[in-house]
Amino acid sequence: MIAGSHLSGRHENLRNRAKILAAIRNFFVQRGFLEVETPHRIPVPIPEAHIDVTASGSWVLHPSPEICMKRLMAAGFDQIFQICRCWRDGERGSLHLPEFTMLEWYRTHADYLSIMDDCEALVRCAADAVALKGKIRRQGKTVNLFGAWEKLTVREAFLRYGGISMQEALQKDLFDEIMVCAIEPQLGLETPTILMEYPLERGSLARKKIGGEGVAERFELYIGGLELANAFSELVDTKEQRARFIEEQTIRAATNKTCYPLPEKFLDDLQAIPPSAGIAFGIDRLIMLLLDVDSIDEVVAFTPEEL
Amino acid sequence: MYTVADLRKGLKITLDGDPYIVIAFEFAKPGKGQALYRTKMRNMINGTILDRTYRSGESFEPANLEERKMQYLYKEDEMYNFMDNESFEQIAISEDAIGDTKNFLIDNIEADILMFKEKPIGVSLPNFVNLRVTQTDPWVKGDTSGSDSKPATLETGYVLRVPPFIEEGELITVDTRTGEYSTRVKG
Repeated sequence: MIAGSHLSGRHENLRNRAKILAAIRNFFVQRGFLEVETPHRIPVPIPEAHIDVTASGSWVLHPSPEICMKRLMAAGFDQIFQICRCWRDGERGSLHLPEFTMLEWYRTHADYLSIMDDCEALVRCAADAVALKGKIRRQGKTVNLFGAWEKLTVREAFLRYGGISMQEALQKDLFDEIMVCAIEPQLGLETPTILMEYPLERGSLARKKIGGEGVAERFELYIGGLELANAFSELVDTKEQRARFIEEQTIRAATNKTCYPLPEKFLDDLQAIPPSAGIAFGIDRLIMLLLDVDSIDEVVAFTPEEL
Repeated sequence: MYTVADLRKGLKITLDGDPYIVIAFEFAKPGKGQALYRTKMRNMINGTILDRTYRSGESFEPANLEERKMQYLYKEDEMYNFMDNESFEQIAISEDAIGDTKNFLIDNIEADILMFKEKPIGVSLPNFVNLRVTQTDPWVKGDTSGSDSKPATLETGYVLRVPPFIEEGELITVDTRTGEYSTRVKG
């Protein structure tokens, strides 16, 4: 076997990946964000019903850098970003790697609406880095990055594409199936789509929308049917956050999943965070999208199977 | 038992009593939602395609398929009769289960018979078989039509395109996967 033969055809993608990463860093530095690095290995994760972590000794590899980044906001940092590796056990498919690259950024004295504006500027800037001129090709179709991006509430999306109301989908325990099979393939086809206002039980760390009926200030970004990012106005009420964590833990316990103690230092620091917002953005998928490839394998140097 | 973690292309499982083969598989996970396993499967008996979405924790019964080496004997009343090489037991297989392989069945040819619950559901032949040409028009020297192939009928009744130099009575090799001419058998 020739050394590196698995990489044939990926050389150009890896060069473009580096260009996109450099453009993203530059984008945030230019806007006054501070690049931070927080530990990958942490004592306990945020309890989430459907995210399984990878153990590392008696600690875990973080599934997202959010705990430490929010604690930095509590310590007075007001605009921070990080590009780092994250681990999620058992996630493998053409859009998933169990170890992947995440971009997260946070703003104090802001809500999820300002994160939406950041997303628009960031995606255009990343597209520029690989000379895409504001248009993304995805599976033979063109998505226009300029002009107004579509903003759609989850409630509207269920009625428009799901053939069932959001409430009914939740009651019948079909929310995820309808989202994946009927709704997601329709999102972000002409312009990117901001899918917003998730039901409260789907936004464990998100602030309740004031005046919204049981929805959280949370959004996901979709381009060409691909889910790229998850954002919200941060929940900064320790008591409410603790209650929601316990709900997530209860779901984990009921499905025989590992439960860790609650992240107490994070809960303590939460009350020191001013109103703020943040986002987790899947960088491998953004690169896939900008390079118009169908598998996440095409944009990384090694997949787990190639190690 | 298989779990969702075993799902991959080519996996054979039993569903509603029938054997299915997974022909497409995608792992999906909507933001903050649960892992979903989207599969497309083909019924190995009637060919129907089925889309199913599974959650983690679900499990499947493997399809217990057995391949048996048999020899083709003869055709009678739309049924194809084979004999098991080991037990010498004879079985009759319907035209439906035989499919396109009927085009290449000659007496005594050895075939792999796919069995599900003691019933034959498929027949596979060697990739290449030799068959005799029973009818084809002679090659006219100086033919300027530019055609580089002509039709030929084989001993099984199957008609395919062969190069112009193939003559009636000759033995040719056919690729059973594509049904196309492969080479002329010298001798």
